[in-house]
Amino acid sequence: MTWVRDVAFFPHLLLAVLEGTVAAAVLALSALGLSLVFGVMRVVNVAHGEFFMLGAMLAWWTAKMVPGGPLAGFIAALIAAPAAVGALAYLTERFLLRRINYDPEATIVATIGLLFVIQQLALSVFGADAKPVAAPFTYRIAFPWFGFSGYKLFVVVASLAILTAVWWGLTRTRYGLIMRVTQFDRETATAFGIPVNQVYSAVFVTGAALVALAAVLIVPIQQAHYLMGLDPLLMSFIVVIIGGLGSIKGSVIAAFIIGMADGIISMFFSPTLASIIATLAVALVLVVRPQGLFGVAPR
Amino acid sequence: MTGRIVLLHAAVIAALFLLQFVASDYAVLTLTRIMVLAIYAVGYNILFGYTGLLSLGHAMFFATGLYAAAIGTTRAGLGVPEALIMAILIGFAVSLLIGAIALRASGVAFMIVTLMFSQAAFLTVLYFGDYTRGDEGIVIPDNIRIFTVFGLPVDLTSPTLRYNLALVFLGAAIALSLAVIRSKIGHVLVAIRENENRTAMLGYDVARYKLIAFVLSGTISAFSGACYALMFAYAGSTLASIQYSIHPLLWTLLGGAATILGPVLGTALMFLLVDFASGFTSASLLVVGAVLILLVLFFPKGILGTIRQRWVSWLP
Repeated sequence: MTWVRDVAFFPHLLLAVLEGTVAAAVLALSALGLSLVFGVMRVVNVAHGEFFMLGAMLAWWTAKMVPGGPLAGFIAALIAAPAAVGALAYLTERFLLRRINYDPEATIVATIGLLFVIQQLALSVFGADAKPVAAPFTYRIAFPWFGFSGYKLFVVVASLAILTAVWWGLTRTRYGLIMRVTQFDRETATAFGIPVNQVYSAVFVTGAALVALAAVLIVPIQQAHYLMGLDPLLMSFIVVIIGGLGSIKGSVIAAFIIGMADGIISMFFSPTLASIIATLAVALVLVVRPQGLFGVAPR
Repeated sequence: MTGRIVLLHAAVIAALFLLQFVASDYAVLTLTRIMVLAIYAVGYNILFGYTGLLSLGHAMFFATGLYAAAIGTTRAGLGVPEALIMAILIGFAVSLLIGAIALRASGVAFMIVTLMFSQAAFLTVLYFGDYTRGDEGIVIPDNIRIFTVFGLPVDLTSPTLRYNLALVFLGAAIALSLAVIRSKIGHVLVAIRENENRTAMLGYDVARYKLIAFVLSGTISAFSGACYALMFAYAGSTLASIQYSIHPLLWTLLGGAATILGPVLGTALMFLLVDFASGFTSASLLVVGAVLILLVLFFPKGILGTIRQRWVSWLP
């Protein structure tokens, strides 16, 4: 960003903070599904990033197929992408994870396999080129020093809405109660007649649908590409570990810290350096608190 | 008991030695590559198979050796033998440091932490692109790869010499891992895999043994990386990517985790399979993914693991 050097420090910082807020919202939203699945099922879905990529690809495909401009395509993608990715997640849960009995190690290996399969199939079907997706609207907010994409701020608001909805669902509804009971003690939950298998299916599908939804929201800022899944996967891991495995509140706070730091370091130094620092932050957190900042040590 | 184990492994090495006289030039090159990478898998297996610690970040050790050798020879003016020794020492130091931190986590957290460290290492390779030349990679010129050691001329551009050198190194790696696994240390490592708490209760310093396994595994991986760079004259950032952390896991699982020869067999089979698949699809990694899923679902013990369970119970 060479033009930034011409302006004063404050606008520069304001831009960094705005970009940081967007990055934080994107992170919290992409990590939400991973955190939910790990929280309830105690398994790590390494194919999480590929669900994100599929969501983005489907958003591009829907935008191309649906007539009536970017807004119609966007709305169609908001429904189609989570539904399609959720269906794939259902099959994964039913025919892969359940068969290996949710063994943590086998699940990681199996979902790594799934990662390669989805990624390579996406390469075969959609090709290797990056696919831009138009934002549903192009309003720019005019600051005295620079313009800022209104759609990016919309992403922040939408993330907050989705995070609040999930938090509300988990803490205030009957389904949320059932999920939390299953998370707390799977065997006792079974003894009390909770259909644990169905809960697991529902949680895995919800996690995948959430990350697909995140991808539809985010893809107008980025571009759809078959290799795009790795970054959200790693960043989600960082957020979920720092926040504490299985703690959604922790994930949101961690997303905010990392997103801000990432935005500011990327602006003033380099994005690669920001990523290196974020990954090393995970190590520091683990040295000090192996269960993460807000996690509870396993019982 | 011990006799037939030594005999079996000697026979495998001898068979590989004889293979070079019947194989085509292309096959000799592929086999050299397989043997160098099999050293990597043998090192990985010590940690994953025998100690039960699943690392998703061994590419950082492989890359440590790779770049130590490549930068050592092209920039620091080291000869090939010195660069190889330096790569082993740096690999030892890096795995000691990373192991001391990563082993504080256990289970799933350990896997993710190793993945994160490896990704940080990969990004570091890209960040210092002036030295590592990033994607494009470092090419080691031929004149560096022709040298004399103890008065003997060595020409690493010769396919026959490379083949036999790789075979000697692989033989050494197999012998080393066999010796470790059959020693007291190996028995403690297996005990940790089977029941960590009970092993600790019996008075073993579990953290120390896990670190020993980690460092041994990381150093062998770095050695393999250094051999790769020096023999094939190339070090690029792809070899430090996550994919190269997954490869040894796949090779070990396919051949049979916690068997000495499993990783070697797995590396060879996977090479042939990917080679075969790349003949008719550009998405050859699809095979890697599919094999991983099928192994987990239907064949968790791998080839030699199943053979040991069914027929040959003495297989180490």
